[in-house]
Amino acid sequence: MSTLLEVSGVSVSFDGFRAINNLSFNIDEAELRAIIGPNGAGKTTFMDIVTGKTRPDEGQVLWGETSTSLLRLSESQIARAGVGRKFQRPTVFEDQSVEDNLLLALKKNRSPFGVLAFKKSIDDAGAITKLAEEIGLGDQLTRKAGELSHGQKQWLEIGMLLAQDPQLLLVDEPAAGMTLAEREHTTDILKKAAETRAVVVVEHDMEFVRRLDCKVTVLHEGSVLAEGSLDHVTQNQDVIDVYLGR
Amino acid sequence: MERTFLIKNPSVMIFIALLAVFTIAVTLLSEGLGTGFVSTAMVKTLGMTLCFCLIAIAMDLVWGYCGILSLGHFAFFGLGGYMIGMWLMYARTEDIVIASLAGADLPPTDQEIVDAIGTQIFGVVGSSEFPWVWAFADSLLIQLILVVAVPGLLALVFGWLAFRSRVTGVYLSILTQAMTLALALYLFQNDSGLRGNNGLSGLQNIPGLAHVPQSVLSVWFLWASAVALALGYIFAAWVVSGKFGSVIRGIRDDEARVRFLGYPVEAYKLFVFTVTAVMAGIAGALYYPQAGIINPAEVAPIASIYLAVWVAIGGRGRLYGAVIGAAFVSLLSSWFTGGRVPNIDLGFYTIEWVSWWQVALGLSFVLVTLFAPKGIGGLFDLLVRRQTPDRHGADLGPDTGSLREKEAET
Repeated sequence: MSTLLEVSGVSVSFDGFRAINNLSFNIDEAELRAIIGPNGAGKTTFMDIVTGKTRPDEGQVLWGETSTSLLRLSESQIARAGVGRKFQRPTVFEDQSVEDNLLLALKKNRSPFGVLAFKKSIDDAGAITKLAEEIGLGDQLTRKAGELSHGQKQWLEIGMLLAQDPQLLLVDEPAAGMTLAEREHTTDILKKAAETRAVVVVEHDMEFVRRLDCKVTVLHEGSVLAEGSLDHVTQNQDVIDVYLGR
Repeated sequence: MERTFLIKNPSVMIFIALLAVFTIAVTLLSEGLGTGFVSTAMVKTLGMTLCFCLIAIAMDLVWGYCGILSLGHFAFFGLGGYMIGMWLMYARTEDIVIASLAGADLPPTDQEIVDAIGTQIFGVVGSSEFPWVWAFADSLLIQLILVVAVPGLLALVFGWLAFRSRVTGVYLSILTQAMTLALALYLFQNDSGLRGNNGLSGLQNIPGLAHVPQSVLSVWFLWASAVALALGYIFAAWVVSGKFGSVIRGIRDDEARVRFLGYPVEAYKLFVFTVTAVMAGIAGALYYPQAGIINPAEVAPIASIYLAVWVAIGGRGRLYGAVIGAAFVSLLSSWFTGGRVPNIDLGFYTIEWVSWWQVALGLSFVLVTLFAPKGIGGLFDLLVRRQTPDRHGADLGPDTGSLREKEAET
């Protein structure tokens, strides 16, 4: 299987603080990967670099079969290239209905003129209904997103990510603030998504990571400390020292 | 499609109907075509008010829907006015010059006519040469194109520079103020080519229509303004009701999120900024023939601030709110500043409304922003029992222009 995203030798510092230090990371086209690490390990900065929010000082980020560099693209171009991101706190458009939120995310022409001429087809409505049911919001389509509960907003955001149909999903702490049943549902959605695309999950919660049952990358001080199955990395002495042993 | 659009936007039908009733009523009561109950000056004031309503819709689009607090849209309004003003002044002066030279022994050459027009127009600034900006002043068609092209192009260049650098919030507002101030200062110069602080005058006299009395012309312009306002309202309602409206409201509330969905946010802002500048230019081109005179003071920074005040008092984020705000505040303003409001004698001090009106306006702006963010438009919510969400004071997005709790609908 070929590599979808290849991050190599990336470093970035903020006011002298090295947030990412010579980080290298690869992920295949259909793979589920968990990234763990203590606070300040550079997990969020890593996502910022891949999505174009932060420009690294050195290193390269290559994307897809043609190995195009993501560093020259803007955030919206990277998103259109197929990178979807879910933020730590749920960020949905609170003044708009669940349906409008999903419609915004649905993979369509993103240019102003294209959007101006856009008309919702029956297929689009069907796709939205199907997605809404998948994320458990089938009967909430007309509700304003701001009225949803915290967990529902998290799911709506996951639904928006799926609607974008990205090749790479970056998910920041999806299980935060969720009940046990909701967590299980979220795990299922992520695992299913990873069958056809690459999914990177940043998570603090070890139990959740164990449930994902996938390859784990441990970050520490901006670089990769260990990589492998969860059991493998938890037996690594370095990992125990900096993270688990505390 | 058309049917669903109107069903989804009932305010459009109501608005057009009310506007039609208003325009017909004023026509029937006018001096020119009706009973004479409404004076010609009043018809002109009402026509100009409709132009203000049109630019208020533009402001609502750019601020209320897209979250860009532009404090420079009157620059585009003024530019539209200058563009049509150049033709009006040139063509009318040409008529006068030809009439006065008709009695001469030798028929005047074309060059003599042009020179005489130049002397007439630019005498006040000590010149008789036509500056390059007047190159097309003799062509109505080209000047009409410039009415939309000049404001549109300025907005395009300014917006491209500003949005590309990710200037947002209060910094962008200051930048737009600087733009309109710079334009005003430039126009104030005599060698700007647009007659400096004299501005362009006599614009109420439409060339070729000298036989039509002002009382009738004023009604024509009222109708033209009403049609432009109606079209502007339909256009704005169409833009904001579809997915495009969804995107720009997303930009207002959470710009970064829209970007991560793959939308080129800067292109959207530029689009909205430019389109609204064109709307402002058209409103200005209809306004100044009714006002009769345009000078650089019209594009002073304060004018654009007033525009924001109108929209805020009317209720931003709803098109009829902007229209109500512009009509209500500008009519009230002309009533107060016109010296027709009786002064209040407090014994030790007399409140003269001509100077105290601005204080009252400023105070009501502050009060509306603090206690009734929905503005006058919010009164309609009482009728239809629209409710605001209870978000414990939280806005609907992280951005500075985002909708506030009290402005939103559950």
